[in-house]
Amino acid sequence: MTKTIHITVAENILRANDEIAAENKLLLKNSNVLALNIMASPGAGKTSFILKTIALLSNIYHIGVIEGDTSAATLDADKVTSLGLPAVQINTGGNCHLDANMVQNGLMKLPLADLDIVLVENVGNLVCPAAFKLGTYKNVLIASIPEGDDKPYKYPAMYSAVDVLVINKIDLLPYIPFNMDYYIDGVRMLNPDLISFPVSCTTDAGLPAWMDWLENTLHEYRYN
Amino acid sequence: MHELAVTESILSIALDYAERSHAAQVTDIHLVIGRLSSIVDDSVSFYWEIISRDTICSSAALHFTRLPAQLICLDCHTEYEVDQDLIPCPKCNSVKVKVLSGNEFRVESIEITSEEND
Repeated sequence: MTKTIHITVAENILRANDEIAAENKLLLKNSNVLALNIMASPGAGKTSFILKTIALLSNIYHIGVIEGDTSAATLDADKVTSLGLPAVQINTGGNCHLDANMVQNGLMKLPLADLDIVLVENVGNLVCPAAFKLGTYKNVLIASIPEGDDKPYKYPAMYSAVDVLVINKIDLLPYIPFNMDYYIDGVRMLNPDLISFPVSCTTDAGLPAWMDWLENTLHEYRYN
Repeated sequence: MHELAVTESILSIALDYAERSHAAQVTDIHLVIGRLSSIVDDSVSFYWEIISRDTICSSAALHFTRLPAQLICLDCHTEYEVDQDLIPCPKCNSVKVKVLSGNEFRVESIEITSEEND
């Protein structure tokens, strides 16, 4: 006899990813390494921002980088290794995001015992990366002025999933219509406590505040 | 755009629960998706047809329940829902609001047929 049975599941759809993310988190904690998941749309300046952060801090801290890319081109990873830092490139094979498993493979290839900070550069995309936890301590979104001031309204999942907002290319504000009040209103609706850093990687404006935050966060991560 | 990965996860969870209950077939899968989780139903359904082939989920129907986002105004404490775009508090126009729900993204339940006799 065939009978129909209703089974309650109530499982997060991305359960498997979340479990691997939890392993990554533990691995990073045990290695005493602070990891940041850096997300942005293509062209927001992720790589420039990462290179800037490295230039300003690599004399004090040992930094490693995981580069997520949709193609096999190693351009971004090459820029990091040319500075003498460990970098791993993950080719997502056309996938629109990094997942926890890819990052775990990347972490295995980095000399974690020698590192203080790992910067994970996610695939340029404001939709998909927001859904996949990686096990990093903080999620960082790099927005940029040329993208326009409506992005929080259009990409609410991304803006609600991050801990830190970097608003890049503020040197372009005089040239581009961008209503900062409208933009910030959208951000606050989704994420009232979001810390934000307006910066320019061209003029270095705002970068000292970002550096202070990163150093304080490393301290908080290690000693709290 | 990440619907393939999402669809694979839905299949894996459904198979996991179905096998534990010794299901013959899975007939229905109920999904709950909040307004703030981005997912395209049609795209999931498209991938579903392909990846569920040759499994006990191959004839299962996917049911999407969309939940609106619930917000509360931190100034006047009005609670309100948004279905489409985010809007400030409809009562006092404040943007100091907190998202109470809308990020749901789960497999709620499945229905299976079983050949076992009671």
